[in-house]
Amino acid sequence: MRRVVVTGLGLVTPLGCGVGTVWERLTQGVSGIRAINRFDVSDLPSQVAGLVPSKDEGAHGFDPDSVASAKDRRRMDDFIVYGLAAAIEAVTDSGWMPTDEESQERTGVMIGSGIGGLPSIADTAVLLKEHGPRKVSPFFIPASLINLVSGHVSIRYGFKGPNHAVVTACSTGAHAIGDASRLIMFGDADVMVAGGAEAAVCRIGMAGFAAARALSTHYNATPTEASRPWDKGRDGFVMGEGSGVLVLEELEHAKKRGAKIYAEIVGYGLSGDAYHITAPAEDGSGGFRAMRNALRNANLSLEQIDYVNAHGTSTPLGDEIELGAVKRLFGDHAYKLTMSSTKSAIGHLLGAAGSVEAIFSILALRNQLVPPTLNLRDPSDNCDIDLAPLVAKERPIRYALSNSFGFGGTNASLIFTAAP
Amino acid sequence: MSDVAERVKKIVVEHLGVEEAKVTDTASFIDDLGADSLDTVELVMAFEEEFGCEIPDDAAEKILTVKDAIEFIESHSG
Repeated sequence: MRRVVVTGLGLVTPLGCGVGTVWERLTQGVSGIRAINRFDVSDLPSQVAGLVPSKDEGAHGFDPDSVASAKDRRRMDDFIVYGLAAAIEAVTDSGWMPTDEESQERTGVMIGSGIGGLPSIADTAVLLKEHGPRKVSPFFIPASLINLVSGHVSIRYGFKGPNHAVVTACSTGAHAIGDASRLIMFGDADVMVAGGAEAAVCRIGMAGFAAARALSTHYNATPTEASRPWDKGRDGFVMGEGSGVLVLEELEHAKKRGAKIYAEIVGYGLSGDAYHITAPAEDGSGGFRAMRNALRNANLSLEQIDYVNAHGTSTPLGDEIELGAVKRLFGDHAYKLTMSSTKSAIGHLLGAAGSVEAIFSILALRNQLVPPTLNLRDPSDNCDIDLAPLVAKERPIRYALSNSFGFGGTNASLIFTAAP
Repeated sequence: MSDVAERVKKIVVEHLGVEEAKVTDTASFIDDLGADSLDTVELVMAFEEEFGCEIPDDAAEKILTVKDAIEFIESHSG
């Protein structure tokens, strides 16, 4: 089977933009979670989120003009702008911008989103009701469709290979990386630009997740403390936004052109809970099987995994269920590996979470440094493995596993190792 | 330049992000100003908003240049 490596990375997150900047802030223990100031939150139970900083806040902030002109951005809801920004960084980083037809046809895109253009849909619904159908913009549909991130990336770079988009809620980013890597393995493409993008921090998004009782509500006055995976004081996840995009490439293709290789994707496992539309199966069997399947796919023994980037959303149920599955799967080795949740610093980026966290896992491997679980001061009972509380931890990492679990009971695990 | 012509050109400059000098009377939205079919729909909506008139779809299809827009609006508004 053809082997797949990672040759480009791009990030837009609540900690800022650019892989180097984000990693530095993440491992310094900075939190990107803040009080929402973009719209009225006075009647919403959860008033904090991981928001992408603007360029006015400093060099780490996001400059939409660097992605597309104001005119072109009218055709894109924010998730597309973030996805395109992360893709531009990743593609530039990889140096893969072919101009010949054959290479372009061998390069595809698979960038998904959990929800897509929710702000556009909400605003347009109000416009339709108040002013009628003639006021609906011709850009409304293409600005909202989830697969339009992939569309814009392909148009910008002339990538004419497979053009696809994953939609599996909070597993989207992980599934996109795993599925795109298989398209390369099966020979459908030599290079795939893969990941997830999300920008659903809007009134209807906050109201909807709050109604599902999924969000943190007790830390509105202290936003940076709201996301606290495995801590006794946790009370729900914190909404986040942004994008993570990777350039995936067939190993020999990457070597031949002398590409910088960050890591190899060695394992991908998927599963379904078959249990409930929002709650994870109580016994953690869905996550357990996704991790087990990824280990089997990688042909690894349990003891080779040194770091687990947990789904770890900071919900009362989910965190302990995932940790229980890790203990059951890894046995004694669960006490030797280190697991952390980077959602403690950036919140839950929904469809972008899996790809952002895959990038964090790759950077952990490269730097032999586990990013911390912020706010983990008083772990729940049974949360007795090494969860890298509060500060980053140096340790040897041979293989890193990243978990993503989504509403509907959809689970994905990815395993990375150092460049071959 | 008539008031209508000035306002039409201003809208075209804003919506298509083109230089004012390029927005001549005979300029075609698609061939000369880089618009696509969606841009032309949005332009017509912007004209309707600005001049408080309704431009039916069959009329909108015939508005291909800056001059077409100015003439339609001058003969249908007020």
